[in-house]
Amino acid sequence: MRQLCKGNVAIVKGAVLAGCRAFYGYPITPASEIAEYAALLIPEVGGTFLQAESEVSAINMVYGASSAGMRVMSASSGPGLSLMQEGISYIAGSELPCVIVDVVRGGPGLGNIAPEQSDYFCIVKGGGHGCYRNIVLAPSSVQEMFDLTILAFDLADRYRNPVMIMTDGYVGQMMEPLDIKMRKIEQPEKDWAVKGNAETKKNVITSIFLESDVLEAHVNKLEAKYQLAQELETRCEEYLTEDAEVLLIGFGIVSRVLRSTVDQLRAQGVKAGLFRPITLWPFPSRELCKTAEHVKSVMVVELNTGMMVQDVKLTLNGTVPVEFYGRTGGNVPAAEEVTAQVFARMSALV
Amino acid sequence: MNGYEVIHEKSPAFYDRYERKGELQQQTHYCPGCGHGIVHKLIAEALTDLGLQDRTVLVSPVGCSVFAYYYFDVGNVQVAHGRAPAAATALKRSHPESIVIAYQGDGDLAAIGTAEIVHAANRGENICVFFVNNSVYGMTGGQMAPTSLIGEVTTTSPWGRRASNEGLPLHVCELLAALETPTYIERVALNDMKNIMKAKRAVKKALQIQKDGGGFSLVELLSPCPTIMKMDPVVARKWVGETLVKAFPLGVFRDRKPELPPDPKIPVKTVAEALEVEEGAPEIASPRRHHTRDLTVKIAGFGGQGILLMGQLLAEMALREHMEVSWLPSYGPEMRSGSAHCHVSLSHERIGSPVISQPEVLVAMNELSLHKFAASVVSGGLILYNHTELPVGFSAPQARIVCVPASEIADRLGSAKVANVVMLAALLEETECLPAESAISVLEATVKNPKLLELDRQAMKAGRDYVDTEIEVGAVSQPDGYSY
Repeated sequence: MRQLCKGNVAIVKGAVLAGCRAFYGYPITPASEIAEYAALLIPEVGGTFLQAESEVSAINMVYGASSAGMRVMSASSGPGLSLMQEGISYIAGSELPCVIVDVVRGGPGLGNIAPEQSDYFCIVKGGGHGCYRNIVLAPSSVQEMFDLTILAFDLADRYRNPVMIMTDGYVGQMMEPLDIKMRKIEQPEKDWAVKGNAETKKNVITSIFLESDVLEAHVNKLEAKYQLAQELETRCEEYLTEDAEVLLIGFGIVSRVLRSTVDQLRAQGVKAGLFRPITLWPFPSRELCKTAEHVKSVMVVELNTGMMVQDVKLTLNGTVPVEFYGRTGGNVPAAEEVTAQVFARMSALV
Repeated sequence: MNGYEVIHEKSPAFYDRYERKGELQQQTHYCPGCGHGIVHKLIAEALTDLGLQDRTVLVSPVGCSVFAYYYFDVGNVQVAHGRAPAAATALKRSHPESIVIAYQGDGDLAAIGTAEIVHAANRGENICVFFVNNSVYGMTGGQMAPTSLIGEVTTTSPWGRRASNEGLPLHVCELLAALETPTYIERVALNDMKNIMKAKRAVKKALQIQKDGGGFSLVELLSPCPTIMKMDPVVARKWVGETLVKAFPLGVFRDRKPELPPDPKIPVKTVAEALEVEEGAPEIASPRRHHTRDLTVKIAGFGGQGILLMGQLLAEMALREHMEVSWLPSYGPEMRSGSAHCHVSLSHERIGSPVISQPEVLVAMNELSLHKFAASVVSGGLILYNHTELPVGFSAPQARIVCVPASEIADRLGSAKVANVVMLAALLEETECLPAESAISVLEATVKNPKLLELDRQAMKAGRDYVDTEIEVGAVSQPDGYSY
């Protein structure tokens, strides 16, 4: 049954269907709506919603709830995510599953509350200390806000690792049809969790390993998981790439703009295609390499000064020229603007 | 040991051997004379006495007691510096039957973790906090703590703590006793047997309170740190009794269950209800398809004119006609400055950008929006303007402009609120993008107040009639006399 739904609301609905019964958060524009909706829905289905005294506390409550075996989530934006980074490192180090949404706003500092994708480095590349990775999903529609939230909980449990949903105020505020297929979502048995009973009394949740070799073994164990995730969990979407000469690459809201740009370029005789990473980490490198085999050039468009473009360049390793177009400050380019950028760089691109 | 009666033995809440340690598995890692060993013992014995061992989750902090999980045969969670009360909060709420203990030192609780302890106490979390105050950072090698005494020499207060530089020692029990919600707060000392027995009773009492669901309790234990103090264990104990106790008076600071106002009742819903999904509702096999057409619309005006709602109604209608649709509101500070606009795309195909820079239709509900957005309308597009006539000197030659005095019509109907519905009807009539009956069914589904619904029906009719009767086909009221 399709319903008209807002992106931020779809995230909470996805979480409820996925069995999330614990939400610990702290208000920040433009992510507050997720907390507000969670405050309404999660207690109604018997769960816990708590507004913490800070993002620092919120993420450590997430740590506690996850230690207890709950499907738990939080949501924040730029400055709040910065505060959460230490906790996320602990969560990854202690191999705890959780889902954290970053509704990215303009930065650095207080910046503004308009959409950017400038948290790419701190979300995708780490942000916290130590050798760990976040699995990062980038939805571009309301339906994906819902579907990828459910996927996020599954991946978090499968890899016992934080999963981030990186989105922005546009996808969060947007209303689109949402098709909810009611189903029972199985949760894995968490025999490692600490539940305050005799069966789980033996369990320890910790990230401290004082001896060098023990810590190295732990880091290697984490790394093996990340290798596996890179093998199994890359996701992307392509549009008109089969015969594309100019390949546009963007994620989230930008990919929506680029889809329109591809149509505009095609209408003007330019063989353009779109490559949209859905997982920002693991980055869909294999898929991109394959798609880029026959293209003449690549243009990456982001709402930042050039972050994912580094991963694109690493992936393509000089085989194809890579152009970049970025907007910041909350400016989301119109499709026409990107089309004009492609034409302006035509000599470099084709 | 044959022939001897066992009158006291190690609590079974401790492991027999501390196998989580690499070596010296029959002793703790604590220094001789350290207070942690005593506190551990008091907690373990109380857990045994109260029969709580299997239900207990011990949250160990950053500090010397980081490795408490080496010793306690209970569920263990080690957490970030200062955050034990936050993690304990969520652990307890996840499993209310569990017994959750936050074990913290003075740096952990009273410096980096001040926010967490204050708020956990203020929420009246049903947890026990055992706060070991030895006036110094032990694990990191003897730096100043918030509880260090005036004049106390540490590695980071080499001339002694100065009140002018670091303030006075922080009194946690007194601070938390200013809150209404905590149930039990006591400060005890580990300096002699008499006080240790008092400490034993305090620890047990705190756990009993939690067992009974009695709320938040904190026991502060003044404790010796002979290594950092460079004192003999006996001298260190004496120092606690003679010096530390003077700065931190012992006593009960709170001992009563708080009287809390009753909570509002939260409705209980099934998952399907929460997700607004009608379970078992048949999927419409062959959708009722009216004539519909793709359209991009920008609706703009003042906040309070129902701008965003008008866009949502349009989007909801298209959804019911099985179209693809996106609705994107104006965003950010603009929402608070009095202006509002939204973008609506209706399509039979998957929608690309929800950001419409060049709309096919602009609905300008005020003059400001007309001036601001008219030029962006595509060539051959349509502008609906909420007025009887265009402002003097205005023109947008690329578009057809239709003036619909929606606010006036709405006023005549009795409520300015329905101007958006008048305009929606005009939009549907002018563009024929969606059938008008679809709008009525959406209004019926969303407007619960029957009076308002009747008003909306009248508004729909009035908007449609205005376009049908007042606007000549092809007529346009451009000031320059240009007409399509």
